[in-house]
Amino acid sequence: MGMRILVTGLGTFWGSHLAQRLEAHPDVEMIVGLDTEEPVLPLERTEFVKADSNYSILDRIVRATQVDTILHTHLVVGSTELPGRALHEINVIGTMNLLAAAGAAGSPVRKVIVKSSTLTYGANYKDPYFFRESMPRTRAPRTRVERSLLEAASFVRDFAIDNPHVTVTKLRFTNVLGDDVTTAFSRALRLPIVPEILGFDPRLQFTHEDDVTGALVYATRNDVPGVFNIAGDGTLPWSEVCAIVGRRRIPLPPLLTQWAVEPLRLARIIDLPPEVLSLLRYGRAVDNSPFKRTGFRYQYSTAGTVDAFARSLRLETAVGSNSPSYRYERDVETFFRHSPAIVRDQG
Amino acid sequence: MTELPESDADATPPANPPTNPVTSPVTPIVDLTEAESQVARMVALVPAPRPDRPERLDLEPGETDIRRGDVDAYGRSEHMREIARRLYDPMYRHWFRAEWEGLEHIPDDGGALLVANHAGAIPADAPVIMHGIETELERPVYGLAENLFRAIPFVGTMWSRLGGVAAHPDNAYRLLKDDRQLVLVFPEGTKGTGKVYRDRYKLHRFGRAGFIEIAMRSGVPVIPIAVVGNEEAMPIMFKSRRLAALTNLPYFPITANMMAFGPLGAAMYFPSKFRIRVLPPVYLDVAPDQERYPRAQVMADSDRIRDAIQDALYDMLRTRRSVWFG
Repeated sequence: MGMRILVTGLGTFWGSHLAQRLEAHPDVEMIVGLDTEEPVLPLERTEFVKADSNYSILDRIVRATQVDTILHTHLVVGSTELPGRALHEINVIGTMNLLAAAGAAGSPVRKVIVKSSTLTYGANYKDPYFFRESMPRTRAPRTRVERSLLEAASFVRDFAIDNPHVTVTKLRFTNVLGDDVTTAFSRALRLPIVPEILGFDPRLQFTHEDDVTGALVYATRNDVPGVFNIAGDGTLPWSEVCAIVGRRRIPLPPLLTQWAVEPLRLARIIDLPPEVLSLLRYGRAVDNSPFKRTGFRYQYSTAGTVDAFARSLRLETAVGSNSPSYRYERDVETFFRHSPAIVRDQG
Repeated sequence: MTELPESDADATPPANPPTNPVTSPVTPIVDLTEAESQVARMVALVPAPRPDRPERLDLEPGETDIRRGDVDAYGRSEHMREIARRLYDPMYRHWFRAEWEGLEHIPDDGGALLVANHAGAIPADAPVIMHGIETELERPVYGLAENLFRAIPFVGTMWSRLGGVAAHPDNAYRLLKDDRQLVLVFPEGTKGTGKVYRDRYKLHRFGRAGFIEIAMRSGVPVIPIAVVGNEEAMPIMFKSRRLAALTNLPYFPITANMMAFGPLGAAMYFPSKFRIRVLPPVYLDVAPDQERYPRAQVMADSDRIRDAIQDALYDMLRTRRSVWFG
């Protein structure tokens, strides 16, 4: 019997992309996706359930669909993406309810994969140059998003202890760049002049968006219990990242940086949340070797990721935005999936 | 699950970066072979990718056409080091007139933890040792230091590019074990540099001997280094506790240099003669990568190395005729 998979956050970039990649695998029998928003990509056979963000109906869905694998991609990793209340609701309450449903008595779930972020390590001058998965952060979290991710992480840890029969994988992803995804860094690097903090040139790592979905699919199809860092090989100084992308830099003052970026935010030029500012000051790198030792191969190194991003940016400047636009239409999707008029198994 | 073929296992090191022999050496060249060897030395100092270590977090073979700089995984840039070496060379050669003995104790290959005595309000020992080994042995040296540097704009970046690494045990372990590099550490720390002139050449305690545990865990030898001359380059006469509290520094020194040259003395060394003796490597008789090591053994090894450096210092001072001429 193939895998029966539940994907949370199907309406987000990651949920949709992941579902699209999983659909291509014949050993995946069924995918059901959950979100308040509609999918952003055309999906062939994923069933979409529109549900409120804290997953209160999860218990019913898990039992009714008999899913054996849960892919929790719906953790928000940018502090300014959502108001604090919604962030807490999604990251903390959402994760809690999801794991409660997965761990309920008689639950068919045998595997839980959580897409988290290396934000949980923070960025500080006391940090080791490469965080191993077991290393604690060196400064208490200051932003709401970091606190909520840490709280979600503690739920995942408890769940793994309470449910030894479930394979729990938590992947901590580093700053993502790619052709389609929008992150704080991709926004910053799209500016004609890229901000830096005067006197600082931190070491950073990047992960390509294809490696993000690749790692999640890999964890779905193989049993790799534990916490793993995901980052492209190597590190790059921020100045070199900007050089590869072909951008000049503008310095922000090293003192009161938070105030200096406020006008930029108000003018809607760029929103640099506090966790990104501390990355631009101290940088962060993680040890990515444990996940590689499980057999996973990256397609891109850190420099390769930045280079690929630079290429797609050049194409975009030449021909304009080329990301495919798609609008989910319930009736159309239902027709293609369930109508007897559709001829299935066409070879 | 099938193991994919090792793609970078058979990768060849990238071609030597183009080096212009006309601009590279500034020191007068006696003959052409020496010029060639200087160029070769500068090329050799660029750490070549090691195909046997696929998880090395460094310049990947296929990335030579992407990368715009040569900053490595620890923030060190060989290019910046080369410039710094060129600028520092007159200081090293003509001001401190550094002389080495026992350099053969430092291996040409593989990790080793260099342990030296530390002194001076702004210690001159770290740049002299790093410069000396890099020019003589053509090997990079990473110097462990207080992580506070990282928080200071410009200084932190410069310090990192020139081979400074925050003294986190895991950073040292990676450098020694995974990347097989030379790591320089001053176990006395700021207690050594903050010592006043009348305590010269008396080693302070070696902290909690964390450096021994790092060497044990990474399975590398400890190489003790005794430096004479550094204590007279910028000696501290008094320390102001009030100014230290005010400036948030570990100590606020009033140096003899400041007394002699006024404010200029804050950045000016006396031309004391540097003699550096490298002692035979100490191999720690334990298995690497243990969870913990017996405290008693760690302390005993730390004391053994401390005593070796102290004895060497006294021995060298016995034969020293002049602070300025050695």
